[in-house]
This record gives sequence, C-alpha cells and structure tokens, in this order.
Amino acid sequence: MSEATRVMPKKRITTMAAKKRQEAIAGYLFMTPALIIFLVFLIIPIGAAIYLSLTDWNGITPVFDKGAFSFVGLDNYSDLLRGYHTDDAGEIVKATTRQKDFFIALKNTTYYVLGVVPTQTILALILAVILNQRWLKARGFFRTAFYFPSITSSVVISIIFMWMFTRGGLVNTTIQALFSGYDNNQFVNWLDDPRGVLHILLEQFGVSRTSVGDWASNRVFGLTLWEWISGPSITMSTIMILNTWTTIGTMMVIFLAALQNIPGSVYEAAAIDGANAWQIFRRITVPLLRPTTFFVVTLGLIGCFQIFDQVYVISSGGPAKTTYTIAYMVYLNGFDRSAMGLAAATAILLFIIIFVFTLLQRTIVKERANI
Amino acid sequence: MATAQPLEAPVRAERRSPLSAALTGLGWAVLILFAALEIFPFVFTVANSFKCLPAVQSYPRSLIPIPPFGVECTYQEGERAGASRSASETSGALTFNPTLEGYQEIFDENLPRWLVNTAFFAVAVTILRLGFDSLAGYALARLKFPGNRLLFFTILGTMMVPPIVLLIPRFIILKQLSMLNTYQGLIVPLAVDAFGIFLMKQFFESIPGEIEEAALVDGASRFVLFWRVVLPMATPALTALAIFSFQGTWNDFLMPLIILSGNQDLWTLPLGLSFLRGAYGETLRWHAFLAGSVITTLPLALIFFYFQRYFVEGISYSGLKG
Repeated sequence: MSEATRVMPKKRITTMAAKKRQEAIAGYLFMTPALIIFLVFLIIPIGAAIYLSLTDWNGITPVFDKGAFSFVGLDNYSDLLRGYHTDDAGEIVKATTRQKDFFIALKNTTYYVLGVVPTQTILALILAVILNQRWLKARGFFRTAFYFPSITSSVVISIIFMWMFTRGGLVNTTIQALFSGYDNNQFVNWLDDPRGVLHILLEQFGVSRTSVGDWASNRVFGLTLWEWISGPSITMSTIMILNTWTTIGTMMVIFLAALQNIPGSVYEAAAIDGANAWQIFRRITVPLLRPTTFFVVTLGLIGCFQIFDQVYVISSGGPAKTTYTIAYMVYLNGFDRSAMGLAAATAILLFIIIFVFTLLQRTIVKERANI
Repeated sequence: MATAQPLEAPVRAERRSPLSAALTGLGWAVLILFAALEIFPFVFTVANSFKCLPAVQSYPRSLIPIPPFGVECTYQEGERAGASRSASETSGALTFNPTLEGYQEIFDENLPRWLVNTAFFAVAVTILRLGFDSLAGYALARLKFPGNRLLFFTILGTMMVPPIVLLIPRFIILKQLSMLNTYQGLIVPLAVDAFGIFLMKQFFESIPGEIEEAALVDGASRFVLFWRVVLPMATPALTALAIFSFQGTWNDFLMPLIILSGNQDLWTLPLGLSFLRGAYGETLRWHAFLAGSVITTLPLALIFFYFQRYFVEGISYSGLKG
C-alpha cells in the first residue's frame, strides 16, 4: 500500500466525524424554538400542575410570595374523593361539598361520555360504510355536508343550538308540525330541565323515588343511589345531541379513509364464498376496522371527558348542577372561586380518569380481537 | 376522489334482488336525512340572521327573510334597534323584508375589533407553527443527533395531556412573565404544537432524501438547504398544517378565556360572543347573535370549501397513523 492510500481513509474519518458533529448541532438548533416553548409551556406546567395540586394556593396571591400557599400533601385529593382530610393536629376536617361537587361532576361527565362516544362512533361507521358503496353518487357532497360542522367554532355551535332549542324555537315547533299531538304545553324545555332521562323513563313504569324502597336513599360518595341512576338531564341530553352532531363528520372521514384502504379483493373473496352483505360487514369490515375504531373511540373519550365550551356557553353547569362537568369544575374553582390547588387536583384526577378509560378500552378492543 | 372499494358489486353483478334495491334505497334515505340534519341548522341560521328580532322569534322556520302575515318589525320603547320601522311599513302580508339590523347590532358590540383580533391571532400562530413545526419535524426525520428518539416520543407523549390540566400552570407562568392579557401571551404558548411536528416529521420521512444529499455535497449549509430545497417540496404538508392551525386558533375558546378575559380590546370572536351571551342572560338578541355566528363561521367556511381536499386528507392521515 502506498503512502497516499494509507492517509486517505484517515482523513475521511475526520471529515465524517466533523460532519456528524455539524449534523448534531444543526439538529439541536432546528429543535431549539420547539424545545423552549415545550419546556416553558408544556413540560414545566405539567410538573407545576402536580405540585400545585398538593398545595392550598388560592390563585390570587402571587405564587412566589412568601406564604402564598402552604403544602397540604394529598388533602385536596382526600377532600374530593373522601369528603374530608385530617389536619396537622390529627383532627378530621369535613369537606362534604367538595366531595359532592366532584362526584356530581363525575356522574354528569360519565353519562355524557357513555352517551356520546358510542353514538357518534356507530353513526359515523354506518355513514362511512354507506358512503363507501360503489352505487353512491355525489359522495363528495355528502362528505362535505357531514364534515362541515366540525370546522365551526364550539361557541358558535352552542349559540345556534341554544337558539334552535329554546322552548318556542325551531326544534319544538318543527316537532309540532310533524306530530300534531305535540302541543305547546308539552313542549320539552330543552335548555332548562334538570330531570334525568332515566328517572323520567322509570316514572313511566310507575317507579319513583318513594316507591322504589329505602336502598335508594343510601349515600355512595356523597350522592344517593337514586341520584346516581338519574341518567343525563334533559339539558345535558341537548348538549350530548350537539356534540354528537358536531363530531360525527370527523369520525366519519377517518372511517371512510380506512374503508378505502381495504382491498376490494377481500370483499370479492367473501362474496364468492356466499357471504351476504350483513355477514361481510360483521365478519370482515368491522374486524378490519378495529385499529381505526380504537383511534376514533380514543379521540372521542379524550374530547368528551373534557367537555367545557358548550357547558360554559349554554348552561353554566345548570340547571340544578346537571351539566356541571369536571372540566367546568376545574375552571370554576380555579378562576372563579379562588381554589387553585383544589382545581389543579381536580384536573389531575381528570387526567387519570381519561388515561384509565383509554387503557380500559384498549384492553377491550384487544380481547375482542382474540375471539 | 379516492376510489371506493365495492362492497356489493360482485353480488350485484349476479342478481339485482328486491332486497338489495331496498338496501340501496335505505342507504340513500339515511344519507339524505343526516345531510339535512347537519346542514339545516346553518341554513336556518343564515336565514334568520337577516330577519328582525320579532320575526326571528315568531317565525324561525321561514327560510326567506319575510315577516309573513303581518309580523311587525317594531320594538318596544327603550329597546335597541338599528332602524325602528313602524307597523304600517311592514305589515303587508308576505313582504320580502330582509334586514341588516342583526348585523348592525352585533357590529355595534365591538365585533369588528374581535374579527381583526381573531384573524391576527390565527395568522400569527399559523405562521409561527409552519416555521417551528417544520424545523423540528425535519430535525427529527432527517438529522441524527443524540436524544433524537427520546425527544420524538416525549413530544408525542405530550399530545395525551389534556389542555385543561395545563390551564392553571400556563396561567401562572404567563402571569409571572407579565404576558397575561397580551397578544404574545396567547400566541407564544401556541407557536409550536406536537401534532404539527408529528405531521411534518411523517411527511419528511415519506419523501426521498437524494436531492438533499446532492445539495449537501455541493456545500449548501443545513439551513439554506432546508429553506431553499426542503420546504418548497413540503407544500402539501404545510398547507394541511396551515389549515388545521388556522382553524384551531380561530375557534379556540379555552386559552383566550384564561389569558385574555381581562382585556376587552383583545377579545376574539368566540370569546366576545360568549361574554355577550353571559351579559344578556336569558333574553338574547337572537338576530344579533345569529349574525355574529354567521360572521364567525364565514371565513372558515370559505377556506374549507376552497381547501377541502387538504382538510379531508389531513384528517384521514392522522387517523390512519393512529
């Protein structure tokens, strides 16, 4: 080997090392704006939220002032979940209202989620499957029509729905025009009716608070069993209709994209084997869409558990706290009632609830895949 | 439009049974019913925004702005109305009588200011995100540096944290930085978003890297390369990102509510409308609110109809990756 060839590789190695270093520096420089903003407005806030949830800060006294807050450990969580905490002297301090508020919010939010998520998922799937049929014309028109509400501001949608659902408004008068028996005295008071739909349903069968027996008066987590089984109130149902109406389009577009990725040969093979339309849907379409369904349901769960805008605009948590949701409780405690520590604890609990529900549905989807 | 896969076609080729005809009919019925349900609220909103208040209240279902059968566009003493018309002018049956009173009234409520603010926020956030998200997305997709993978998964993980959890600490940090009730207070925290970085990274990974390598051999610096070569290739992804950012910021309610409540001059459209609703209580001036709703929706509607393809592709894309 000559002198020249022996030197060459060595030289190349150094330039490559320099290049690598350059590339790494460029990488960090490119990331810098994103990293700074994420650090200041995302990573630090997550840590701060956890820390604040362990304090009794009121949100008004500047947070770095001496004595602005004291560290109270898990007291906020204890108040919310158990309705009391133990102070330094070992005395039990009652916080029944906090507990009751939290579980009212949890109950309302859960009914909301259980109502909206399955409905929007199933409707979106049905619409996507129909839209995917070969015989269909004007597919673009329908997709646009279904998707359009998703781009509209939640505040605007809330205002439009409030207007449509006022007592003498568009919805009631339209129902009246369709069903002559529905007269003015029976008009549903969509925006201001605290009665739970399950309670109303039970009443139809003659089951009421008094006739059902003493067990219904037992309190679990601050609410009586009878209160727990109320179902969403009429007003909450209106907000549920609103949100289902808004989000169907997004979910439908996601399902449609997934459907269009299923090769036609799969359906052809099934058809040759003599499967009918329902069997194809049940045995082929639904299983193949499982990952998409998981995604859609996760999206729905995360969005629905945080329901806030519509409640803020339409009902402010009322009537009779039946649209009082966890996110609304966080806002109210933090920015209206000067209980930032408590609000932070509530927010963390909401995060945990969303996380658990997402994991839970993941397990369910996986188990079903094994059958 | 993407090609739809046939679900029935092979079956239909053999027999066109009454059952499949019935199914087709049912399919059409379901689609038309839902399309009507999704679209009519907007149609009625637009129609009623051109009526006077008494007509909105008495005849919400009339699609043309007429006060039929002698509904009078007159107002009680002390009530606000752009032009209080007398009964004799309007009481003729079925007079076509559109009015801009609702628009007039909502404009008097500082709506032009909200419109300008909203447009400013949306444009500023979108431009910043286009820059920062694509820089970060490019670094994560193409540049090798220690911690690359870790950073990517951290950023992905932050997508799971609900905004409501960040609400309080963000408020505190902005307060400490004296950025509450300022333009920058709303814009800076939103100037980067995890979804955008993810979108750009996925896009950069999907295009071949040979052109960049050739440019590098020619001695172009990394940034020049990014600016002159990479970004122009990324137009489809940038368009999708721009549309999502613009729409999200335009409609955002929670962050403006926390950050801007204290300064009326900075209110955005959703914020202004919601506070106006709060101020009115139960007796809403519906014609004005509907007019405000139309104005808030119109810019997005125009963008939507023009860039529809990108909306749908962007949504589908995020869905398939999920």
